[in-house]
Amino acid sequence: MSADQAVITIAPSHARRLRATVSARILVPLVVIGILGIGAIVVPVLYNYDPLHADLLVRLKPPGTAMPDGSIAIFGTDKVGSDLFAEMMAGTRVSLIVGASTLLIAGIVGGILGLLAGYFGGWLDTALMRIADIQLAFPSILLAILLVSVLGQGILNVIIVLSISNWVIFARVIRSQVLGLKSLEYVEAARTLGASHFHIIFRTLLPGCIAPMLVIASVEFGYVVLAEAALSFLGVGAPFGTPSLGSTISTGTQYLASAWWISTIPGLLLLVLVLATGVLGDALRDRFDPRLRSA
Amino acid sequence: MAEMRIGSDAVTRSAAASLLSVRDLQVEFTTAAGVARALDGVSFDVSPGETLAILGESGSGKSVTGQAVMALLPKPAGSIVGGSIVYDGLDLTARPVKDVRKLCATEIAMVFQDPLSSLNPVFQVGYQVAEPFRRRLGMGKREAWGKALELLKRVGIPDAETRIGDYPHQFSGGQRQRIMIAMAIALEPRLLIADEPTTALDVTVQKQIIALLADLQAETGMAMILISHDLGVVAQVAERAAIMYAGRIVETGPIREVYDRPAHPYTRGLLDSIPSAAEIGGRLTPIVGSPPNLLALPSGCSFNPRCPFATDRCRTKVPALRQPASRGSDHAAGCHYSEEVLADA
Amino acid sequence: MPKAAPTHQPLLSVSNLKVAYPIRSSVLRRIVGEKVAVRDVTFEVKPGETVGLVGESGSGKSTVARSVIGLIKPDAGAIGFNGHDITRYSPRQLKSVRREMQMVFQDPYASLNPRLTVRDLIAEGWRVHRDVVPRGNWTAVAQELMERVGLNPDYSDRYAHQFSGGQRQRIGIARALALKPKLIICDEAVSALDVSVQAQVLNLLQDLQEELGLAYLFISHDLSVVEHLCARVLVLHGGEVVEEGSVHDIFDRPQHDYTKALLAAVPVVRPWLGRSVSSSTSTHPERLTQGGTIAPNIQSREERNDIYS
Repeated sequence: MSADQAVITIAPSHARRLRATVSARILVPLVVIGILGIGAIVVPVLYNYDPLHADLLVRLKPPGTAMPDGSIAIFGTDKVGSDLFAEMMAGTRVSLIVGASTLLIAGIVGGILGLLAGYFGGWLDTALMRIADIQLAFPSILLAILLVSVLGQGILNVIIVLSISNWVIFARVIRSQVLGLKSLEYVEAARTLGASHFHIIFRTLLPGCIAPMLVIASVEFGYVVLAEAALSFLGVGAPFGTPSLGSTISTGTQYLASAWWISTIPGLLLLVLVLATGVLGDALRDRFDPRLRSA
Repeated sequence: MAEMRIGSDAVTRSAAASLLSVRDLQVEFTTAAGVARALDGVSFDVSPGETLAILGESGSGKSVTGQAVMALLPKPAGSIVGGSIVYDGLDLTARPVKDVRKLCATEIAMVFQDPLSSLNPVFQVGYQVAEPFRRRLGMGKREAWGKALELLKRVGIPDAETRIGDYPHQFSGGQRQRIMIAMAIALEPRLLIADEPTTALDVTVQKQIIALLADLQAETGMAMILISHDLGVVAQVAERAAIMYAGRIVETGPIREVYDRPAHPYTRGLLDSIPSAAEIGGRLTPIVGSPPNLLALPSGCSFNPRCPFATDRCRTKVPALRQPASRGSDHAAGCHYSEEVLADA
Repeated sequence: MPKAAPTHQPLLSVSNLKVAYPIRSSVLRRIVGEKVAVRDVTFEVKPGETVGLVGESGSGKSTVARSVIGLIKPDAGAIGFNGHDITRYSPRQLKSVRREMQMVFQDPYASLNPRLTVRDLIAEGWRVHRDVVPRGNWTAVAQELMERVGLNPDYSDRYAHQFSGGQRQRIGIARALALKPKLIICDEAVSALDVSVQAQVLNLLQDLQEELGLAYLFISHDLSVVEHLCARVLVLHGGEVVEEGSVHDIFDRPQHDYTKALLAAVPVVRPWLGRSVSSSTSTHPERLTQGGTIAPNIQSREERNDIYS
């Protein structure tokens, strides 16, 4: 009956159309993120951007202003006369580094704890999940502010703080994934081979968790970038001298009436970045849905 | 009234006797990998009071046939691309799906394989069985509930008075299938299509369900189509059998004739594959190879790569259903070499 | 012909097996009782023998299989394998036992890891038991096994979902064979297959048994398959063995009412030839020639009666 159903239960042309849009939904955000990534690396170097450099003669110039050195500030300048484009890209660099490192740490820690909790169950599971509950009940931005005020400012501390508030989501999703996988016959089959716990956890269960992990990672990326921006906006994130999208937007708010671009343009960039990762996450979730996969 | 509604002459041949007449039905499924011809030229008739068994393995198209009649083909992937389904003189393929569904709600009923997923877990079974009475016949709540109770008793739910208020999960698999049957026969359909009605059940229950279906049919005179992969289960009740392979009916006739003197090598292979047919502990004689991929059917007869009788003719020319020499007029097989198959037995 | 069991030590001996699941209260999850899945099940499997375990859903037949292979801890009773009591074995000790006892699962779709190629599926056991096949030979031996179970060895890099149901079950059998087991537990191993493919797999199982001297514990709800394959049969009902005997005893002279009901319910392909399984099979000429071997069976039944009644 299985083949019968394979033909019938998926609406195949529908699936194909979905897959076509899925690949576009994966490709476009990837290109956007890729361009931003390259820009974040290259642009500050090209512009010879120095966050501590001030040139008050050209401060608060609107987008498109010709600079004294002959270049054109396409997005204008900020309150100390830095080129806003270069500053934004340097800020994007910080955002991307914070985002990627946070997800890596939170993903590894949360993933392993989720695997263990789901696989072994019992008191380990209970303990881990209660910690997760408590942490989820506590607003994560408040927790982050609290931790930063203890640990002090700095990119590394921001990463640590955001990892602490993000591992929970990985742990929960992976745990529930493992609970689902654990009872599948192919996992039991591995047990009947005499496989060790290590083998089952890392060779049998983990591969089945990669897809949901990628999906959460891409969705969470947007949140982490926003959280970093929020921390910097509040003045507890990136320290002075480290441009971040959040701090740029924050300083720009004082000039919203006279120089709208300082807050608005980095804000739009942040929006694009977060949107791109969000769409990517959604598309990945669809992509990994086995019902949409061809046999 | 059937005569009055018939428009085309294509169906006049069978219109007089048959309730459902399927002619040259073609169904296609569009998949990511291409277009699959799930049904290719399927024709059969069912008369009132008759039971037709449609038999086949996975992917043979037996379930698709039922879905096509009930307008249950998954949209937009599956569609009828040719042929006709004439029910009581009315060509269902020419009607909007909405009309067919309406007809199906009252005159054609279906029983599915998995009774648990076909029942709504959050409503009492009495409510679900009573629903067609309230919705289609406009009965009051109390009256419909009474009818539901009557039906549950009829299908053999023990202690129906108290159990009518229970929820689906509180019943065993066999009882759930009885409830499904109660819902199917609620409005006294003239045609019942049962798609693998006993596959999910234990053998002892299986037997009871088949007996129940046979009883109900004898009582109401409805026509019945039993779709199954199990040659033994349907043999108890069906008068005629249609064997399907790769979207075609490869053999059809009175079930005894088909089983006792199979004229298609596939039918014979199926019968030989059943363990009880072979000596105990001896080797079975299975059909070699695997069922074909509907997206890449072999040329000529789809069965030719697995067939011991296959020749070059089979690899180039699709055999039409025909009556083998020396067989009755109602026995037909889609094989170039039916006579040889029969002689070889 | 089912091979007569040689008279040595049993390969597997299960005695007084009991498995129960706790019933927990709905809120506090306290254990308030137990649901007995299997009670007092005793049987043996001799080397090279096929023992059938039949029963309907809820009879506990899968529970027996899963406790024998160690997926479930029994609550009481003993499981002996190759002369050792493995009931209380530690996971480390069980590891060596598992090499000799393998399982073929029911669902050829769910029992194969979708992320492994056929070669890796077969080699998974060698990754666990390092000394069976040296790593350099994995591909070659896996391909040999594929050929042995009737799969094209060129497809060793394909994934399970690229195969049909019957071919997947062959992969499952190849995986079980990879560790050179003495006993294979087949838990409804052919139930999900179409009848023509099922016959192919049953033939394969028989060939492998003859060639490798395997013993099978064959669990199925399909009586005709069990009758075809098994030398001895246990009938389970409600977690208890209601009848045990040679395949001829059970199918031709069932004693217990439940066995009789079960046999009567088996659908007969040609009901117009006669009603029950036993009558249809005993009209088989081969069955009649077995008349000479009936006597020892009756004797063994009497012996059993002595033990159990």
